Amino acid sequence: MAGLGFACLLLGLAICAYGIGASVYGVRSGRVEFSESGRRSVYALAGILTVAFAVLELAFLRNDFAFNTVASTSSRTTPGFYRAAAVWSSQEGSLLLWAWLLSMWSSLALFLTRRRMRDIASYATAILLGFGGFFVALMVFYANPFATTRPAPAEGQGLDPLLRFPTMMIHPPMLYSGYTLCTIPLAFGMGALLARRVDADWIKAIRRFAFAAWLFLGVGILLGARWSYSELGWGGYWGWDAVENASLMPWLTGTAFLHSLMIQEKRGMLKVWNVSLVLATGTLAIMGTFLVRSGVLNSIHAFGGATLGVPFVCLIGVLIAGSIYLVVSRRDMLRSEHRLDSLISRESAFLANNVVLVGLCFVIFWGTYFPLISEALTGQEASVGPPWFDRYTVPLALVLVLLSGIGPVIAWRRATLANARRSFLAPLATALLTLVVLLTAGVASKPLAIAMFCCAAFVFGSIGQEFFRGVRARRAMAGESVPRAFTGLVRRNRRRYGGYVVHLGIAVLFIGVAASSSFQHASELGLSPGQSTRVGAYTVRYVRPTATITPRYDAAHTGSTLSLGAVIDVSKGGRHVATLNPSEGYYASQEASQGTVGSLIGGQPVSHVSMNAGITRDVWSAIEPDIEAPALQRIVRAGNSALSPEEALVAIGYLAREYLKHPPQAQFHFIVSPLVMWIWIGGLIVFGGGLIAIWPTPSVVRRRVAARSRARAVRGLARA
Amino acid sequence: MSALIAILILLLLGLIVLVVGAPLRAARRGDLEPQPQETLAGHPVQATAAELEVEHDDMEAAREAKYREIRDAELDFRTGKLSREDYEAIDAQLRAEALEILNRLEPVEPPE
Repeated sequence: MAGLGFACLLLGLAICAYGIGASVYGVRSGRVEFSESGRRSVYALAGILTVAFAVLELAFLRNDFAFNTVASTSSRTTPGFYRAAAVWSSQEGSLLLWAWLLSMWSSLALFLTRRRMRDIASYATAILLGFGGFFVALMVFYANPFATTRPAPAEGQGLDPLLRFPTMMIHPPMLYSGYTLCTIPLAFGMGALLARRVDADWIKAIRRFAFAAWLFLGVGILLGARWSYSELGWGGYWGWDAVENASLMPWLTGTAFLHSLMIQEKRGMLKVWNVSLVLATGTLAIMGTFLVRSGVLNSIHAFGGATLGVPFVCLIGVLIAGSIYLVVSRRDMLRSEHRLDSLISRESAFLANNVVLVGLCFVIFWGTYFPLISEALTGQEASVGPPWFDRYTVPLALVLVLLSGIGPVIAWRRATLANARRSFLAPLATALLTLVVLLTAGVASKPLAIAMFCCAAFVFGSIGQEFFRGVRARRAMAGESVPRAFTGLVRRNRRRYGGYVVHLGIAVLFIGVAASSSFQHASELGLSPGQSTRVGAYTVRYVRPTATITPRYDAAHTGSTLSLGAVIDVSKGGRHVATLNPSEGYYASQEASQGTVGSLIGGQPVSHVSMNAGITRDVWSAIEPDIEAPALQRIVRAGNSALSPEEALVAIGYLAREYLKHPPQAQFHFIVSPLVMWIWIGGLIVFGGGLIAIWPTPSVVRRRVAARSRARAVRGLARA
Repeated sequence: MSALIAILILLLLGLIVLVVGAPLRAARRGDLEPQPQETLAGHPVQATAAELEVEHDDMEAAREAKYREIRDAELDFRTGKLSREDYEAIDAQLRAEALEILNRLEPVEPPE
């Protein structure tokens, strides 16, 4: 079966080579049949990579350890769900996932545009097949997912314990969907420049894909943040890790593009800006993919081992050089058709918003890549930590949230001062009221957090006002009830009101970020059973130790040999708040030098946090048991000298019993974070708003609206 | 590699050739629309068919964008973001632009 998989890769490479040639020849010669054949090559690539992916997936599900990727990332004891998802936990499998998703999304985009923009689509086909061919070539020559070892090992090494978490398994497909979708606007943007057709049509064609890329990237980023918070033992959701930043940057430029493309659609302005944003977003997506595979990072996100840095640097160089050349050489046809009518307009607000978003991206880019480049050149380790990022991103984030409240209440083209004053009254009042309440509550010590809360309140006020006025206007026009007017308003104006919901979600999310960052109580505590201590207003008591031995009791499928933990009671003002059960999992290692017993628990320990999540606060805890305690180590040494590998688990049982009977003092990491759940809720609201905005209007409704608009346009002029 | 795998690979290859080559075979049979260079050298009417289609697509996209602008302007007025004077001026301008697009669109119908 491995042979079939590898043959699929070779066929894929041939398809890409043929498709690129056919598409370019077709568009240059005007021979439509070659352009069509090129487009079908993308479909064929999707089909052949589906077969390849199915072969690898089957190998994982069947525990075929002859496949090197299966042997290195799976095992017979890995639960079924994680085995199925382990396909993309390795460098090779993740490359296959990337290429497969790219081919599927490309097929969809080209199918939907098969009757339009033949010249642009032909160039886009060649570019997308170029990306596909690049990733397939990486697999063929550098990182073959179908490489085998004979005879096959009897058992695999199992999945990295840190990845045994449901959201962590969904996170890569979502993120890769976002990355691959980013290449579609890039391809069509380059195609538009190559075909010298930079008018409304290509923008209209790629808008939904740009939005989908933005959605998937956003969800992928949030899933990663959720995993970090729930699984890693540091209690945070965002650490300004290089790979986190690499996924955030294309999301920021993609957000800027989604806003400024509205201006190009309406006013024919910002063409250079839009095409540059599209090219930058696609290039940043490739750079993000490069970071985890370049070998420059030592991180949980990074695929260590084989270095694919050189091919990626070449690709990124070609993208950057090609983008600059195309934009500069086509600058004449990218001139704006109109100018800004007024500074007090939605166009101005969007422009300011875009400057802030690009500014944020630049700051993050500088903080992420400059230390890496500096280290590569000088050999000295350089780092830029969270305080540096916070210093520059927090003020920009404040402005961004504020602008997300200003934009909705200003009209397109121009707004009079009087109208603007009326529109800003309610949002300003909401913000001021929030400020008064916060100051009264005595939270003046965190000015930045207060500023964020007030900006978010401003957004709530402006969005609420928009919905209120919209429903009122619709009721006045159509005489509908409030619920019907509301649904009719949203259905008729999905992009606008879906966007408003997204802004609302962003405000909710940033409230969560501000509150959890600024008002968090965190403590490192050393406790023995029965002891208690205070953390802020909370009392934390170590009730009793816990110990479990797998596989019989491994309900969470952590795969650990031994799990040591504690039961903690949390109370506030004498009232019970939560019972937490943090633990640390000890995994088997491959180190024979650790002894028969030591090797059963000598792998990297993984913290399993316990938390009580609520709408107002999360109570979070992690434990670091003292497994180096002399009494426990005596058992390990005794077992190493006396027990065979088959008997070693008996010693683990003694170890667990000793831990329960005479538990050593353990180190606890305890955190109380207010409003963390608002981050996830905000994310869900953003996702919902995005779905509303992207949902297609039924064609029959579109035709009715177009016909009415045409009649009104004619009537209006007749009156004039 | 087993014979079964080899047969599967050959089948896949055959399927790929079938799918990807279909437009080329159709063109040889004459099923696809005539090509500007091959059949229309010296026939400027056919040579502009592709250009007409391109212009038609662009005009359609511009028309839809203009309709959306008209609706947005009305919604801005009804939700109090635009004064009546500003709305009427913008509305008249947008309708004129829409009519211009419609007039340009009608003669630019791509050939069947």
